[in-house]
Amino acid sequence: MTLPSWITQETIDTAIKSVQAVVILVGMVVVSAWMIWLERRLLALWQDRYGPNRVGPFGLGQVIADMLKIFFKEDWTPPFADKAMFWIAPAIAMAMMILGFMIIPLGDTLWIADLNIGLLFFLAIAGLAVYAVILGGWASNSKYSLLGGVRSTAQTISYEVFMGISLMGVVMQAGSFNLREIVHAQQEQVWFVVTQLLGFIVWVPAALAVTHRTPFDLPEAEQELVQGYHTEYSSMKFGMFMVSEYVGIVMVSALTTTLFFGGWDVPFVDNEGWFLSFLSFSAKTFIFMCSYILVRAALPRPRYDQIMAAGWKVCLPISLINMLGTAAVILWQTPGASS
Amino acid sequence: MADDAAPNTGLQHDIVREVYRRFGEGEFRFQATIDGMPTLWVEAGRILDVLKFLKSEVQRPYRMLFDLTAIDERVRKHRDGQPASDFTVVYHLLSIDRCNAKELAGGDIRLKVGLVGEKPECPSCISIFKNANWYEREAWDLFGVVFTGHPNLRRILLPPRWEGHPGRKDYPARATEFDPFLLDQMRQDLDQEALLFKPEEWGMQRSSGDVDFMFLNLGPNHPSAHGAFRIVLQLDGEEIVDCVPDIGYHHRGAEKMAERQSWHTFIPYTDRIDYLGGVMNNLPYVMNVEKLAGITVPDRVKTIRVMMSEFFRITSHLLFYGTYCQDVGAMSPVFFMFVDRQKAYDVIEAVTGFRMHPAWFRIGGLAHDLPNGWERKVKEFIDWLRPRMDEYEKAALKNAVLVTRSKGVAAYDAAEAQEWGVTGPGLRAAGVNFDYRKARPYSGYENFDFEVPLADVSDVYTRGCLRAEEIRQSLRIIEQCMNNMPAGPFKADHPLTCPPPKERALHDIETLITHFLGVSWGPIMPPGESTTIIEATKGLNSYYSVADGSTTSYRTRIRTPSFAHLQQIPAAINGHMIPDLIAYIASIDFVMADVDR
Repeated sequence: MTLPSWITQETIDTAIKSVQAVVILVGMVVVSAWMIWLERRLLALWQDRYGPNRVGPFGLGQVIADMLKIFFKEDWTPPFADKAMFWIAPAIAMAMMILGFMIIPLGDTLWIADLNIGLLFFLAIAGLAVYAVILGGWASNSKYSLLGGVRSTAQTISYEVFMGISLMGVVMQAGSFNLREIVHAQQEQVWFVVTQLLGFIVWVPAALAVTHRTPFDLPEAEQELVQGYHTEYSSMKFGMFMVSEYVGIVMVSALTTTLFFGGWDVPFVDNEGWFLSFLSFSAKTFIFMCSYILVRAALPRPRYDQIMAAGWKVCLPISLINMLGTAAVILWQTPGASS
Repeated sequence: MADDAAPNTGLQHDIVREVYRRFGEGEFRFQATIDGMPTLWVEAGRILDVLKFLKSEVQRPYRMLFDLTAIDERVRKHRDGQPASDFTVVYHLLSIDRCNAKELAGGDIRLKVGLVGEKPECPSCISIFKNANWYEREAWDLFGVVFTGHPNLRRILLPPRWEGHPGRKDYPARATEFDPFLLDQMRQDLDQEALLFKPEEWGMQRSSGDVDFMFLNLGPNHPSAHGAFRIVLQLDGEEIVDCVPDIGYHHRGAEKMAERQSWHTFIPYTDRIDYLGGVMNNLPYVMNVEKLAGITVPDRVKTIRVMMSEFFRITSHLLFYGTYCQDVGAMSPVFFMFVDRQKAYDVIEAVTGFRMHPAWFRIGGLAHDLPNGWERKVKEFIDWLRPRMDEYEKAALKNAVLVTRSKGVAAYDAAEAQEWGVTGPGLRAAGVNFDYRKARPYSGYENFDFEVPLADVSDVYTRGCLRAEEIRQSLRIIEQCMNNMPAGPFKADHPLTCPPPKERALHDIETLITHFLGVSWGPIMPPGESTTIIEATKGLNSYYSVADGSTTSYRTRIRTPSFAHLQQIPAAINGHMIPDLIAYIASIDFVMADVDR
């Protein structure tokens, strides 16, 4: 018995990679969905109450119940909406966040796409993701949604600029846009949160802004704009906006881990193996996910113009200083460059 | 001074002498009222001159139009020499300068204008008092008094397509007296059409230069509108160019109900005026009826009333505190404050048997005495809340984001506050030391040691801080009540006390019948008029009752602080942004039930 000729080592690798990619992405979406439960339980913990604790052990089944409910709700499209755009907006939201996750290495051997422009790809995705909000806000043809969309546009423009710049220090130190290279560089040198502290400080608000989380949830500020850009959405279209927000949190937390906290690296261990790397990566990411929730529990929301001002007047100069400083140090340390 | 034998011409009041000196005594008719507030009848033609004189010419002027309302006098029996009129417009002016001079009789003046005919006309006083606007609209809405010169005399509490003026005596008060209500498609369409906002009706432009304004309908169902409150915003981007508050979605006709409920059975309705105020709402009403009846309540009753009222001030302020943080985007504090409110309601429930609306005060006393062991529960609550208040201050009020969101937002000064009839913490934040509990102590507040927190400029931040401090002061008052509770009966020994004292009933058939009538029909109050003001949770709340010698009130006017505060919104918020409006609305601390009655 011989194998068909098309089954070569190459096709087997491809098959394994494909399965691996599907498993990782589905796993991530499931984790994101369960993050809704995590958030509700953690908020409850910090707010002196119980949170969902009835469905299944520790209320873990709540997410399934909610998803079922949301599937069976009437999927209503307002008659005054621009249908095509109204429908495509939640799809963009979901797709962009999942795509962004593609570039993140979960371990040295555990990854979906090993892009040599990894970080640039993420910046591009983050820029595209805002179209979900703008289109959703515009197509709803509702004044509250429109205001949410407008806020989101302004916020994105302000925050994309220095988000990219704040990460350039990391890129310079690693000498690569590839996220695996960046992790390797941290294994060789030191976690970049130490050398790129300024960059990290600026990255945190920018990362919050990408996910539209408190205190950067102006596009959907409940107290002001009802639900902002997704006021008119219901059923699964709303569900996609909601889950995409959590996918975004997982993605950005994973990215923070990768860029500043050594990714899958375990300090003082030389060869982690795929299991230990994955565990280390997940644990770090989990901590950042929880810190997102803590921020939401703790902070009020600044006014829209105050957020803009902070972005342009504080974060942008800091990130520029960081970039120039890093460049200077690297030049100074590079032999031959100083003469 | 006035001769005892001569008819009472009001010369014992300084302000009446000043008015007579300026306009001549012949222009006025003095009316003696039970509350001792100087009351002068003026011709409609002179009213504006008199108001102007009182507001700006007299020494220590009456800067605040505290209340303006109307009475349908057509079926009133006991007029006691008052000038004949079909409708009477009543102006209640307040001078804070005079109140603080500790003259108990001074500080208020009531002016009355008698009007004749089915379509009575009275000159509008908006040119003198800006805040007359809504009051005059309300008087037109409910009584059909036409205020000539009013820029926008339209319905305010009732829907735009309402027919008739329900405050009038010939307008039925019960649903059974109407045809069954039917809402067909056509009527629904017409009603909705009538609610559509037309900027031109409010003198607004749809565009200016190269800017097209957006008109945003915020409410009546909006997460931050604190009830069924609608405010239409004229927006340039997110900046509010102008706005129009629209109220009336919560109107229940409480004043009209007072005319068909007995004096006693109206008490539960008062609970629901400021629905966060609980028994504190009962207080001005029962004190007012007690004035009419001539009842003096025992000290124990006074102290218990103070204690329970302060409990409700705390629960109301705690809700304010939580929603205030919530409205600037901090989601956690409100949960902690609800835990505290729960603890407070545990005490309230143990004492009154009910939580939010106990309706526990009675004419001449209380429903029952304090339960055994009440001190322990009260003490537990005080010990619980004090440290929590410190924690909140650190976590919420001193939060840098909250401070930048609230400082300098929707600020106004003392003069502006008085112009709009602002009372309570909003007024004190502007630096006016006017707490009614201190200025004119009632129910024994003069016996308590507490401070009145003040600030310089009333903005969103100071209004929040003041209320937080007031919670602490209320705790002090409650503690003093607990430590110094007088012994004695929980009901006044007076025939008009309700329910009537049972001991008086069991002598012979005569006393039994009296008791039976007092319980079944309720007490009959002697004819008279009286106003009672208290420092309620949100500002000054007053009841103005006209008794006509029957088992029900002839007219009950409920002046609520929230009504005045909402009228001020456009003056304070124009030029700010939408998030500022939300923060400002939170800092007003209103409930729509208190606005619409």
